[in-house]
Amino acid sequence: MAQAPSDREIIGPTLREIAADWSADQEVFRHTHWGKAMMWIFLLSDTFIFSCFLTGYMTMRSSAVLPWPDTAKVFALDIGGHEIPLVLIAIMTFALISSSGTMAMAVNFGYQRDRRKTTMLMLLTALFGLTFLGMQAFEWTKLIFEEGVRPWYNPMGAPQFGASFFMITGFHGLHVTCGVLLLLIIASKVARGHYDRTGDYSAVEIAGLYWHFVDLVWVFIFAFFYLW
Amino acid sequence: MATTLADDLRPLHHPHSWVTRYVWSQDHKVIAIQYSCTAIGIGLVALVLSALMRLQLGFPGAFPAIQPDNYLQFVSMHGMIMVVYLLTALLLGGFGNYLIPLMIGARDMVFPFVNMLSYWFYLLSVIVLVAGFFVPGGPTGAGWTLYPPQAISEGTPGHQWGIVTMLVSLAIFVAAFTMGGLNYVTTVLQARTKGMTLMRMPLSVWGIFTASVMGLLAFPALFVAAIMMLFDHLAGTSFFMPTMQSMGAITPTEGGSPLLFQHLFWFFGHPEVYIVALPAFGIVSDLISVHARRNIFGYRMMVWAIVIIGALSFLVWAHHMYVSGMNPYFGFFFATSTLIIAIPTAIKVYNWLLTLWRGDIHLRVPMLFAIAFIFTFIHGGLSGLFLGNVSVDVPLSDTFFVVAHFHMVMGVSPVLVIFGAIYHWYPKIFGRMWNDTLGKVHFWITFLGVYAIFLPMHYLGILGVPRRYYALGETAFIPQSVHLANAWISVAALIVFCAQGLFFFNMIWSLFRGPRADPNPWGAASLEWQTPDTPPAHGNWGAKLPVVYRWAYDYSVPGAARDFIPQTEPRTELGA
Repeated sequence: MAQAPSDREIIGPTLREIAADWSADQEVFRHTHWGKAMMWIFLLSDTFIFSCFLTGYMTMRSSAVLPWPDTAKVFALDIGGHEIPLVLIAIMTFALISSSGTMAMAVNFGYQRDRRKTTMLMLLTALFGLTFLGMQAFEWTKLIFEEGVRPWYNPMGAPQFGASFFMITGFHGLHVTCGVLLLLIIASKVARGHYDRTGDYSAVEIAGLYWHFVDLVWVFIFAFFYLW
Repeated sequence: MATTLADDLRPLHHPHSWVTRYVWSQDHKVIAIQYSCTAIGIGLVALVLSALMRLQLGFPGAFPAIQPDNYLQFVSMHGMIMVVYLLTALLLGGFGNYLIPLMIGARDMVFPFVNMLSYWFYLLSVIVLVAGFFVPGGPTGAGWTLYPPQAISEGTPGHQWGIVTMLVSLAIFVAAFTMGGLNYVTTVLQARTKGMTLMRMPLSVWGIFTASVMGLLAFPALFVAAIMMLFDHLAGTSFFMPTMQSMGAITPTEGGSPLLFQHLFWFFGHPEVYIVALPAFGIVSDLISVHARRNIFGYRMMVWAIVIIGALSFLVWAHHMYVSGMNPYFGFFFATSTLIIAIPTAIKVYNWLLTLWRGDIHLRVPMLFAIAFIFTFIHGGLSGLFLGNVSVDVPLSDTFFVVAHFHMVMGVSPVLVIFGAIYHWYPKIFGRMWNDTLGKVHFWITFLGVYAIFLPMHYLGILGVPRRYYALGETAFIPQSVHLANAWISVAALIVFCAQGLFFFNMIWSLFRGPRADPNPWGAASLEWQTPDTPPAHGNWGAKLPVVYRWAYDYSVPGAARDFIPQTEPRTELGA
């Protein structure tokens, strides 16, 4: 049986390949769809937007004069007489992460030219996205009408809590909404056989990249806003 | 897939009517001209504002139409227009759009439709910005840095609606830039022609490319700051607003952090300096090399210096905030990183000088502007060393020394490069030559004029004359010479202001009456001068894409037939 290659044997050639790609003509990322390269670069830029939002939020949270509300209590639901902390958020997170799974499967079936399965899986992904948005709408409604939180006012303490909550989850929700629209458009094009005619299913993968990114951002929002 | 498409004209959007050709155009060259005209148009507004400010400063009280509120509004709008809507848009949207595909041998940007959208969003942002002049209360007078809480508090001119139009306009601009920037970066990375490696690209492309990457990472901070301040202003949130005593009453806002805005703003603002400077560095390298008939000295060093400056510029933002009340230990870190940037910058300056050294220098108009840039840039860079040190900066901050410094280094220097670049590439863009004499007159008045304007400002700053003051009046520490110097600066500024008429006259006159230009009037080696048509036709390269065999700087090669070898000439012919 052959020996497994050592780290050096893997890293050396990989580095050489990267250097070769960057010093080659025409393309830095070989055989990469232009749209895919652009989506990656866009996501890098978008990462900076969310990083600024989250760093701004953390700065405000640490410098707020009034106490910050206990997120475990604020986002708890009363189910069967028990107060379960963060249960809605947990379900939302679960829905969104599941949607990443179905999206990955859709990309896979796209490259296998399986039109029906790709369409169905993309629609399922969009449905998970809509579930997420629906639950977010419920969460916002509860916070606004039951707890009385406003962007400029928070009965439980620091007003920055409401401000950054609505701003950050709102901006993320906007991304999810755009993602759902994108998925629906691409799914309908898949269903109509548009990509079979052009012979290029890259659009599914590009939409997938965006969708995974939106999920990943949610994980950070979940960790920094809800769990902290 | 990009390779197979490259020689294929199908993916290009082919215009069928005058409107799709010149208005809703997806051709990078038309978009570049649209960007440039809009940027220059709004730049003229900023120029007029600066003339009005100088009238007030030089002859206080002589123009009763200029009230203190107006003066502050002129300062703010002048600054923001020049930095964002003129320099960034013209260097990246204008020159970036025009030069990238032509210099790397592409038919167009990778996503022409997105590129078109970028321009229309930019135009929208300019319209919203200009709308600020007509809303109740006028445009914002908060200074171009828009610091809260004063930017949105009562008492600041334009706090009603001017600040809203400004912030909305900035947010739209960021969207416009993102669409353009994604195109510039992806095009450079993925759509180069055969033989065009990254290390064979002209430095102009390197500068624009690096600046675009930086823009994609820096503008998000401005976007976030603008959104948060809009919330503070329109929804009454307290992101940046602490509890204050305003107009005799306690504000309802509580616990916000004005410093947070400054951090976000300068995390954008400092890279922004280099977003403007790096394309100028790149373009000036090409101008110097072409007109001195010498290869650029230390090409690889020049490329790495651009990349390193770009990276370091994200680590220096708080040197704008030494007097903001942030943790004093930050000052140590940021002063150090600031001074480290001087190293790659100095490498670039030495390399420009060494390119000139024993070159066959042709003092044509573009070259004059390029050399003038080296003067003003060294000058502004040296005063930057003063301001980068905390202990020297503290007494000098918020004085005219700062005004003189940043006007020299990021106002005058890039503008001189832009003039040089327009004189240089105009024959390719419109196929006509300029009037050389008029160009030289324009150059000398502008170049000597900026020194007449900005040198005395250093003196004012060292005396402690504060910036952004409507009038100085009779203040004990301000000697009579300050008023004399202010009058002198204003006269010089008005002369330079009028001299720009020569430039515009020359530009428009040459468009119709200028002599027909040779396809390569300067004998340049880079790809954009080797197009089959002048001006380049839609699709740039005819049936076949060019193939590149060498770098862009083969000038005065011993044994070669001409004093330049185009990038498209195969290696085997050398020395045959």
